[in-house]
Amino acid sequence: MESQTSPPTQLRKTPLNAVHRRMGAKMVNFGGWDMPVEYPATGGLLAEHRAVRGAVGVFDVSHMGDIRIRTGRTPGGALAAVQHISMNDAAQLAIGQAHYSAMLYPQGTFVDDVIVHRLGADDYLLVINAGTREKDIAWVRENTAGFDCVVEDLSDAYTQIAIQGPRAAEVLQKLSDANLAPLKSYWFTHGTVCGLANTLIARTGYTGEDGFEIYVPADAATSEKVWNRVLEAGKEFGVLPCGLGARNTLRLEAKMALYGHEISETINVWEAGLDRFCKMEKGDFLGRAALERARAAGQTRTLVGLEMIERGIARDGYRVFSAAGAEIGAVTSGSPSPTLGKNIALAYVPPAESAPGRIVFVEVRNQKVKAQVVATPFYKRARKTAAPGAAPQTAQRT
Amino acid sequence: MAYPPQYRYTKEHEWIQVQGELATIGITDYAQQELGDVVFVELPKAGARIETGKSFGTVESVKAVSEIYAPAAGEVVEANAALGEAPEKINADPHGAAWLIKVRLANPAELNGLMDAAAYEAYIAAKAKEH
Repeated sequence: MESQTSPPTQLRKTPLNAVHRRMGAKMVNFGGWDMPVEYPATGGLLAEHRAVRGAVGVFDVSHMGDIRIRTGRTPGGALAAVQHISMNDAAQLAIGQAHYSAMLYPQGTFVDDVIVHRLGADDYLLVINAGTREKDIAWVRENTAGFDCVVEDLSDAYTQIAIQGPRAAEVLQKLSDANLAPLKSYWFTHGTVCGLANTLIARTGYTGEDGFEIYVPADAATSEKVWNRVLEAGKEFGVLPCGLGARNTLRLEAKMALYGHEISETINVWEAGLDRFCKMEKGDFLGRAALERARAAGQTRTLVGLEMIERGIARDGYRVFSAAGAEIGAVTSGSPSPTLGKNIALAYVPPAESAPGRIVFVEVRNQKVKAQVVATPFYKRARKTAAPGAAPQTAQRT
Repeated sequence: MAYPPQYRYTKEHEWIQVQGELATIGITDYAQQELGDVVFVELPKAGARIETGKSFGTVESVKAVSEIYAPAAGEVVEANAALGEAPEKINADPHGAAWLIKVRLANPAELNGLMDAAAYEAYIAAKAKEH
């Protein structure tokens, strides 16, 4: 077998890097970041995945970037800028609310996907991907230059910790004076966490479970204190530290897009099936005209879920063939699904091949392995009776 | 986990144990640790020929696919059928019950070029330092 060793030089580190190494995490190079992929000493990837589905898990997601956009002198300057660069309708956000969106090139393809938080009347926080951080920030600065707003890169100011799973609220509530129970999905609040006043607490995540993401000061001592206290508070529920390996299997089961896989600079919004986060009626925005034309022209490919019928695991980049033997597309993400006990994948195929039940073949090491198109998401958490007016649980993020 | 002194080891983290003209091949404890939770194993059937340094099968964990390379040439006499149903045995007992294949060696002298346990342990210790 081949071993994969990440070169130790020049990788960026989160403030929790030393903690991960002390916990025996297996580290990998993820988009230029030295990140934990799993923690073998506490059970490894499968145990971490199950902890999040069944109880609670904790992730260091400090590699994500944060861009704050505030109004300059003219009221509404920040909103106008966000509306221009983001495809969802930020005018619909209340203060304290967040939504999934994406920033698009003029061709209607993806610069990145993003969570937009409305911090104040004219004040927004955009959380972006690690691997596209520099590109995103430069792009946001360039494309908001004509608006009366102030763009600030806060990426290095925060340690971002995700607490995810059905017991996440109980764990975080032990450490915070904020009342978390009434906080709905994709809303956020500010409160004291581990003695840190005014901490941003968002009910967001990338796992398909209930959960929170908290933003604490990026110094190593504070970050480590919070990390350890979350693990301590979660002990009674069997909390585990979780790496990028489980983060990937969890988001795949929930059909959440990953930049460079399901979305990229060559894939447009309609193909990715993210229509419900793209508000064409809100007015003009970057990428809109191209999306109009793309809609009129019709789609040549669409993102579908696959479930392997025969033995074999579809992996990223594997080719997909029709039952008739023609090459029709490619896998964007593929993995065993720990929750379903099946091998699943996301793939782009022509619309004519995209109906659930359709038989296709995935080429695995020169062999065509039978699979079928299935409805997605592969996994949807059982919800308690939804509160009236609760936000739908379909938002996606990275 | 100890590396049995009677085994020989490759730089690609396979082990081979010779018993007469037959040899048993598996992957090392280091290899299974690097892979993580093993979920799938693909092995050649009895009668297949394997060639030194060439891939003869794959072991997959949740996150990765790894080729397995033949430490020596020969003919497969048996593949470990138990791994089809329980690939996770590779994580639990890589040097024992989770052997991969048994082969009839074409040239047992080929093994002279492989590492003994002490050399392999020094080799992986050096690799660990790179991290």
